[in-house]
Amino acid sequence: MSGLPLLSLLIVVPLVGAVLCLSVKEQGARWIALVTTLIVFALSVDLWANYDPNGPQWQFVEKLPLGGGINWALGIDGIALVLIALTAFLMPICIGASWRAIEKRVPEYMAYFLLMEALIMGSFAAQDLFLFYVFFEGGLIPMYFIIGVWGGAERIKASYKFFLYTLFGSVLMLIAMLYMATSAHTTSIPELMAYDFPVEAQKWLFLAFLASFAVKLPMWPVHTWLPDAHVQAPTAGSVILAGVLLKLGGYGFIRFSLPMFPEGSYIFIPLLFALSGVAVVYTSLVALVQRDMKKLIAYSSVAHMAFVTFGLFAMNRQGIEGAMLVMLGHGLVSGALFLCVGVVYDRLHTREIERYGGLSDNMPGYALLFMVFTMASVALPGTSNFPGEFLSLVGTYHASTWAAIVATTGIILGAAYMLWLYWRICFGTLRHKDAAAMPDLSLREWWLLGPIAVAVFWMGIYPESFLRPIRNDVGRLLVRLERVAPAGDSRIHLAPMQMTHSDHGATH
Amino acid sequence: MSARFAPLLPELILSVGATVLMMAAAFSGRRASGAIGWLSVALLIGATFALIGAPSHAGPVFDGLVSADLFASFGKAIIFPAAAVAIIAAHGWFERGTEHASEYAVLILFSAVGMSVMVSATNLISLYVGLELQSLAAYVLASYRRTDERSAEAGLKYFVLGALASGILLYGISLLYGFTGTTGFTGVAAAFGRGAPSLGLLFGLVFLLAGLAFKISAVPFHMWTPDVYEGAPTPVTAFFASAPKVAAVLLSTRVCLDALGPATEAWRQIVIVAALASIFLGAVAAYGQTNIKRLLAYSSINNVGFALIGLAAGGAAGASAVLFYMAVYVVMTLGAFLCVLWMRDTEGRPIESIASLSGLSQTRPAFAFALFVFMFSLAGIPPMFGFWPKLVVFRAAIASGYVTLAVAGILGTVVGAYYYLKIIKVMYLDEPGEPYAKVREPVQGILVLLAALAVSPLGYLLIGPLGWLTDRAAGSIF
Repeated sequence: MSGLPLLSLLIVVPLVGAVLCLSVKEQGARWIALVTTLIVFALSVDLWANYDPNGPQWQFVEKLPLGGGINWALGIDGIALVLIALTAFLMPICIGASWRAIEKRVPEYMAYFLLMEALIMGSFAAQDLFLFYVFFEGGLIPMYFIIGVWGGAERIKASYKFFLYTLFGSVLMLIAMLYMATSAHTTSIPELMAYDFPVEAQKWLFLAFLASFAVKLPMWPVHTWLPDAHVQAPTAGSVILAGVLLKLGGYGFIRFSLPMFPEGSYIFIPLLFALSGVAVVYTSLVALVQRDMKKLIAYSSVAHMAFVTFGLFAMNRQGIEGAMLVMLGHGLVSGALFLCVGVVYDRLHTREIERYGGLSDNMPGYALLFMVFTMASVALPGTSNFPGEFLSLVGTYHASTWAAIVATTGIILGAAYMLWLYWRICFGTLRHKDAAAMPDLSLREWWLLGPIAVAVFWMGIYPESFLRPIRNDVGRLLVRLERVAPAGDSRIHLAPMQMTHSDHGATH
Repeated sequence: MSARFAPLLPELILSVGATVLMMAAAFSGRRASGAIGWLSVALLIGATFALIGAPSHAGPVFDGLVSADLFASFGKAIIFPAAAVAIIAAHGWFERGTEHASEYAVLILFSAVGMSVMVSATNLISLYVGLELQSLAAYVLASYRRTDERSAEAGLKYFVLGALASGILLYGISLLYGFTGTTGFTGVAAAFGRGAPSLGLLFGLVFLLAGLAFKISAVPFHMWTPDVYEGAPTPVTAFFASAPKVAAVLLSTRVCLDALGPATEAWRQIVIVAALASIFLGAVAAYGQTNIKRLLAYSSINNVGFALIGLAAGGAAGASAVLFYMAVYVVMTLGAFLCVLWMRDTEGRPIESIASLSGLSQTRPAFAFALFVFMFSLAGIPPMFGFWPKLVVFRAAIASGYVTLAVAGILGTVVGAYYYLKIIKVMYLDEPGEPYAKVREPVQGILVLLAALAVSPLGYLLIGPLGWLTDRAAGSIF
């Protein structure tokens, strides 16, 4: 199948599916959406199977000039590959989660989801600066509708907030991109990744890109759109938002900020560490006091994303590989947690934690899976988040012990709010009659949560499967960052005291 | 003899045709309105085809009063079809009232001749004549539904303020003539090129620009726009927002880059202030609007601001960006107004309130989707094609080193996105209200479809050819 333009297909197939969805009735749209997302998943499996981790950096390259400074240029490295696979994996699950929950305007809903899939795939695969921007920004439109039409009571406000916040961040990035294209005379992302901008310009360019990715990721203090958007969005919307859309921010840092502006990144490491530190502690504390399940998980997302920024800006192999694994792991786990919320919400139509309790009695299957994902969220060894968070913390420690101290509190606080959430929902006595009457997971819900649980354990037990494709790309990024990577205080301070200090900071 | 007139073939077609049709309209009355309308469209299409070929690129004609170059041809190639669309848009609109329906198309033809002179003018006198010919027809058009108070008010306002602006413009022209001794663009440019401009020349420049700013409705000379756009009959508003705007923006571009080229430092700050003020005022003032025509009026002010950013960038790249912007702007605006034209209640009366659009996506999905494409395009949100012209003007600004201007301008797009989103929200997020009556206008339907396709993501395929054309057209005025 290698003769096919796989990446273009990944974008075109969902678009065709979206158009088909609009031309049929409700049940037809559901099936078309499911089949389309499964085809895309099959394509992404094929992509993964044909990807050569030891091959050239950019594979499956396609290029078609459109004139006027924009090219239909696609191509992926391992980093984009794993994120594409994550998207393709979560999408059929999202469609399944909306099977019963969405009753009005179904064909439109499915069409927006497929459109979103196409745009996300495009963002990860784009190799042209402006093509990336078109896909990246275009993702706002379907999400705006998914929140605005099928959301909760305050959906309008949440959808506006989501749209305008993200747009505000992105337009500054566009100006930076225009500057880059004008001064480097190329819009090719691979070429720009090797281009050295003057240090003074890098500072501004970095800040402009930060404005976009910090909103998208999100980082404290521009995270406030996220809880609103999550609470109001339908379950599948939350899954895709937390699972994939946030990852576009982290992907942006890896693809643009770090390789294109190494000096700029270095200058702002203290800022990034400070913001991430605040995010870890502050949003974890905020998560502790939430009464709404979705809000709690939304705040926990902000805290988890801070591990990504910590790891990335540690600028060493452990940190960056850890950040990638955190993104993948969090994509699975937060998606699964939102699905878990959706399961009980579909039954009782409330997200108030208080209204539940003792669900392990009447919903043992649910309690089991919810526990798996809770444990994964607190990064228990053996689950998907452990290798990522551990590596990310190790990397942070090499870069700055102080940052590592702050970051590690996030693990403790994370355990506190997640375990407490689980305790309040699943343990204790069945206080409410209606909650006690809820049936256990249906076969459909097992099919939604089961595959994620398998993936969670797979990532926890054998993360090498996910590290192999990205290893060489992280290596190339490290070469680029070599001249600026922070020396770190973990060795500098200890070196005079200890004669033979093991060389644990070096890359392996 | 014929060779001398050959470059003016499009104008001749329109002038002679319009005069004949005017007589026909006067004698046949309302009966012939349909035929006159279609004949006018045919004339405009014929004039557009007459642009093709060497004579229309002949360079200066009539001792430099006008110039037949690619820049002018490009403008005319936008203006004539846009005027034709404005005629088609009025089909079935004026028949219901008591007005004379036939003269509408004729007035548009005369206005088109005026605009045609405007974009090719290389002399301050021909500039003024073209502008007045266009404006006089426009004043009549604004008050075309004379029994309607709002329409009469719009016409009167437009006339009084337009006359004032013409006076300002003429005063500027007289100052420039007085201090340079010539009205030709090349002569004026030469006078500005002789060292620092004198106070008199600067005054002339400022008055000239103020008069032009009125015509393109740039802030702070925009006050008439919302009232006139709201009061004028909708097909007329569609016309005002499209072709005359292109003509005035192109005229300003030629004046600034050609006649005032050596004085760039003198006018650039004026253009920058007008651009940013237009962008932000256009965006902020649209927030509270409940009438869609008024909202689109502010949208057009906002859009002119972006085109002016391209002008402020200067040079061939800036001019090319302006051309690109206006070409796409016309398609988006005409598309949006054609949609507004279809907002009618069950008795066929036009509705203009934004609230009446509520739930349109469920009652009329195709209609709503077309408006969706136009709104996101006007807002400049990718993947809609309306994003690209904005990118092009900002790229021109950055290439000229005006990064701060680009940043300020692009923040304006975020402010502006809010009110475009408001229309989307009413159509898609709100519950359906009273449905509109079905309008049976197949030609308009096809035009809406074509416009929507052109500014949809498919438009990115046009970037290559359109960019090539605008680059060549912009190059022809240097």
